[in-house]
Amino acid sequence: MQCCVCKEKPATVHLTQIVGEKMQKLDLCEDCAKAKGINDPTSFAMADLMLGLGASQELDPSAGAVEIKCVRCGFTQADFKKSGRLGCPECYQTFAEGLSGLLKTMHKGVRHIGKAPEALRKSRETGDRLKLLQKKLNKAVETEDFEAAAALRDEIKILSGAAPAKIVK
Amino acid sequence: MKDLHQFLISPSQAAQQHGPHDRIVMSSRVRLARNLADFAFPGWAKKPERVKILETVLPAVSALPEMADSFAEAMDNFTALDKQILVERHLISREHAAKNVGSGLVLNRAETFSVMINEEDHLRMQALRPGFQIREAWNAIDRFDSALEKKLNFAFDNELGYLTACPTNLGTGIRVSAMLHLPGLVLAEQINPIIQSVNKLGLAVRGLYGEGTEALGNVFQVSNQMTLGESETAIVERLEKVLSQIIEHEENARQTLLEKKKKIVFNHIGRAYGILANAHSISSKETMNQLSFLRLGIDMGSFPGTERALVDELFLTTQPAHLQKQISDKLSAEERDLIRADMVRERLKNVSRPVTK
Repeated sequence: MQCCVCKEKPATVHLTQIVGEKMQKLDLCEDCAKAKGINDPTSFAMADLMLGLGASQELDPSAGAVEIKCVRCGFTQADFKKSGRLGCPECYQTFAEGLSGLLKTMHKGVRHIGKAPEALRKSRETGDRLKLLQKKLNKAVETEDFEAAAALRDEIKILSGAAPAKIVK
Repeated sequence: MKDLHQFLISPSQAAQQHGPHDRIVMSSRVRLARNLADFAFPGWAKKPERVKILETVLPAVSALPEMADSFAEAMDNFTALDKQILVERHLISREHAAKNVGSGLVLNRAETFSVMINEEDHLRMQALRPGFQIREAWNAIDRFDSALEKKLNFAFDNELGYLTACPTNLGTGIRVSAMLHLPGLVLAEQINPIIQSVNKLGLAVRGLYGEGTEALGNVFQVSNQMTLGESETAIVERLEKVLSQIIEHEENARQTLLEKKKKIVFNHIGRAYGILANAHSISSKETMNQLSFLRLGIDMGSFPGTERALVDELFLTTQPAHLQKQISDKLSAEERDLIRADMVRERLKNVSRPVTK
């Protein structure tokens, strides 16, 4: 069996991790295992390792494509492949496309739930509430419950200020 | 610069701190990762930018009421030995110990808050509590973070939450963890299935100072791995539930061992006492492993009159850097093993042989 990192030397270090329903397997040669920090278990975390490898797959530019570079900090995909870390907060926008698949395998969801800075908390809550009301409104329209729909539409109007509520079928 | 050792709680005081279930849960911690919106992450920022970040963050953190009496210093002002001591106290990470110019530490007097500046993220702030208190630790660091966000502009995205250098910490940036002493589950050979089922729940199990899953001193660290798509309180509650179950399994394992495999347990406790009380050379690894069984013996009533704090203090003072600090000459590993053995023998002088009922 070949090492899945360098694809040269035979793999002698085998790792398996089960996350939820998925099983992830890694086969590494001694040198790559060392390079990934597996010989130092204190600093080793499977997730980090998976990230490094996953990253190289996810963010590899397809043949001929221009390499993406963060306009703010100059960070490139190659840099991410090397370190598994991003360059600056803006990089999350720059590399959004490549990251989305990676985040899915890494986390419970792809949208943040939980604490937000207070300045943003209110608008976040309003946004969430609006989404919920819109969903309810669509349902009310679908089931032809026009009384409820009218009430919901009014509530959305108040919550979103002057913006008119959309009724989407 | 203040003297770090004047500031730090002494190992004997540290060992005297108590918390709920501290027979099994040695400590709880909650860490939050935060970054400033307008700077590159520490691993990518050049030195002048890192220095600027440090100069922005360090005063802001030090000015919080929680840090009124604190130790705030740039990492290049620490000796390598002092950094290692902070690692052994779990106050900074190994990664942070390797940092110099442009990184810093703010630690409060009670050692309940520790903020690493420019580790992997601009801020890694943690609340620490003795025993099983992850909810208390979360509440404390939540308030700390809320106070700090009034002064610092944190990088936050509406979809992705708090933005971190590594995507594994994205969203909440939270790591909730507890350090568990599980000799019962190890002796009963139940530890591996427990680790596997904990892993299945998306939680990580690590050793105290490594060695893969065969943790030194039967000490295991359990923590969450996923940070995005689940709220802080949901993560804390999940950890609480799982940890309560592990505590129960450990208690049951100890009970069953005493009922069915008494000889095995007493053999481990007796040998641990024999070695620790009589050795003239002992490595830090062997010390940890034997101290673990001494601790179990104390929990099981084999050493009446001896407090668990004695073991917990030795857990700290026999670590390489703590040992080196007590001696002025630079020691080789072999010399340390001799001094370590002398110290442990001396501390166990008044502890009688284990009572085996």
